[in-house]
Amino acid sequence: MSASFVLELIINGGLVGLMYALVAIGIVFIYKSSAVVNFAQGAMVMLGAFLVWSLSDRVGLPNWVAILVGLCAMYGFGLLVERLALRPMVGQPVIMIILMTLGLEIFLRGLTPTVWGIDPRPLNLGIGHKAIFLGEILINRSYLIGGMAALVVTVLCALMFKTRTGIKLRAVSDDYVASWSVGIYVERAIGISWAVAGGMACVGGALWGSIQGVDWSLSLLLLKALAVAILGGLDSIGGAILGGVMIGILEGVISAFLDPLVGSTREVVAVFVILLTILIRPYGLMGKEIIERV
Amino acid sequence: MFYRLAGIYHTGYPSDRKALVYGFDRIQVFLVLVTVLSAPFWTSGFLLSGYLLPWVIWSTAALSLNLLMGWAGQIHLGYAAVMAIGAYTAIHLGHSGVPLELALLAAGASSAVIGLVFGAAALRVKGLYLAVSTLALQFLVQWIIINVPAIGGGHLATIQAPPLRILGLDMTSEAGAYYVALAWCVMVTVFMVNVGRTAFGRALMALREKDYAAEMIGIDTFYYKTIAFWVSSFLGGITGAVLALTYYRAVTVEQFGIDVSIQALAMVIIGGLGNIVGSFLGAGFILLAPSLISNLLRWCSETIGLSLPVTLLTNIQLMTYGGLILIFLIIEPLGLAKIYFNVRNYFLVWPFAYTKRQV
Repeated sequence: MSASFVLELIINGGLVGLMYALVAIGIVFIYKSSAVVNFAQGAMVMLGAFLVWSLSDRVGLPNWVAILVGLCAMYGFGLLVERLALRPMVGQPVIMIILMTLGLEIFLRGLTPTVWGIDPRPLNLGIGHKAIFLGEILINRSYLIGGMAALVVTVLCALMFKTRTGIKLRAVSDDYVASWSVGIYVERAIGISWAVAGGMACVGGALWGSIQGVDWSLSLLLLKALAVAILGGLDSIGGAILGGVMIGILEGVISAFLDPLVGSTREVVAVFVILLTILIRPYGLMGKEIIERV
Repeated sequence: MFYRLAGIYHTGYPSDRKALVYGFDRIQVFLVLVTVLSAPFWTSGFLLSGYLLPWVIWSTAALSLNLLMGWAGQIHLGYAAVMAIGAYTAIHLGHSGVPLELALLAAGASSAVIGLVFGAAALRVKGLYLAVSTLALQFLVQWIIINVPAIGGGHLATIQAPPLRILGLDMTSEAGAYYVALAWCVMVTVFMVNVGRTAFGRALMALREKDYAAEMIGIDTFYYKTIAFWVSSFLGGITGAVLALTYYRAVTVEQFGIDVSIQALAMVIIGGLGNIVGSFLGAGFILLAPSLISNLLRWCSETIGLSLPVTLLTNIQLMTYGGLILIFLIIEPLGLAKIYFNVRNYFLVWPFAYTKRQV
């Protein structure tokens, strides 16, 4: 095992991790603005990927138009979810709303293969497969572009919380009733948070779809994204990036060294990260320490 | 009308504390018991082992999960994994010569221990972490079964169940397997009926309604959450073993995948959180709904003359579960049980609606 091989694993792992973070940011965003963990984020990523695929492959739009239209469509989908599913649930315990998002995930996982079929569809974003060499180190071009896109989305997202809308969202997350009483339109704020998360899911879906093909297995990103969000702290966008990079690197290195011994370990790294985080530091690396222990 | 009551008035504590307060309830339970006990004598083999047996077993599973979700208010997304631990334990022990009664108990114990490790990690903090941690349990158990040959029997292997001998009786026949499952179902049901009448059950309900308030009135919330998790996992483990021994008669990893966890969750939510009748209704509904809907769709498409895409028929199950969870959470969060009790309470005092008393 040469040092450059390990470095290569770390760099590519970190880039994959940034792409995990892209999915996780959707979860963090919704949590930060409405205090609900969105279990449907994986399915929304899948839906976004299928939308982009049909727009670019079936309708024949150029890629960037397809992504833009898909983004708007997913934005609308987020608003629709709030209006149809979340608004009737106002006043229910949080556990019911979590179950609602889970129901949405299951429904979408059944619906998308029905509409688009179960075969993986190749999505070509024009990134190309030519590897980039950095000295002796080989970097996967798709991962690099995906990682960069994730960073851009993260910065935009962090900036959004500085705007007027973003501050409203944070207020809503703290206390629904108090926000109502100072004149914040809580329903719309929640709608916007879901819509923005939908838009992010579309970007994430397009990038992941171009790497592993567009099919239902994209919804399995949910577990990785949950691990990233929890490791970073559910209410911290910077934490999601940090957690994503850490999980990406851990996955890359651990699966490279342990796979020959015990079989595919890639899937369980996220599981162990979740468990250890909850055991040792439940609020995550950069989350706020306001977890109620009752 | 059917119940011939104009309200219910207790004259002493013993009558108030009865498990089944209404006389008609007792008759109902008796009739249901007679029906299910005599089922092997009046039904064909397919109806018995294709519909009644899974219904009985899944109702038991839904009841055990309901103890945790409905009574204690904790979320569990990996219940199939708990059942898988029980099933694999019982079958491995059965093959190594341990009597099945002991193997079943060991199955429950192992599920409880492993389930508790995952639960205890998250029980210190709040609900949503528990959801993620139990989801992690689901994926970890699946991974271990696939990757550890000593447990899962190698890649994509199926392990046959040992012959079903309980208490020295040979139960391998269809009727025998049914009676084993039914006996376990009755035991769990009786247990659950009584949970609501004990200090333990009342503590759980207080915990569910408001954990702070429960803590204030002297309920050790962590202790009770842990116990609820332990009991629910124990029952779930044995139910998983019963499922593998009597219904599938073998174990593979697909029988306990994430979709099965979702199925159990759907049964509890659609049936009604914290309700015994609801678990039975929910299990029956969830088992029947996908095939009913796909048959209905097939019939409709044949009448109209449209051909249905094959993918629709294969994915109808997940769509049904997800859609039903959404619809019930939005429209009737208390599930089928609430609908049943609305009807029942109406007829309970009919025509004297002003004496309506909920139970």
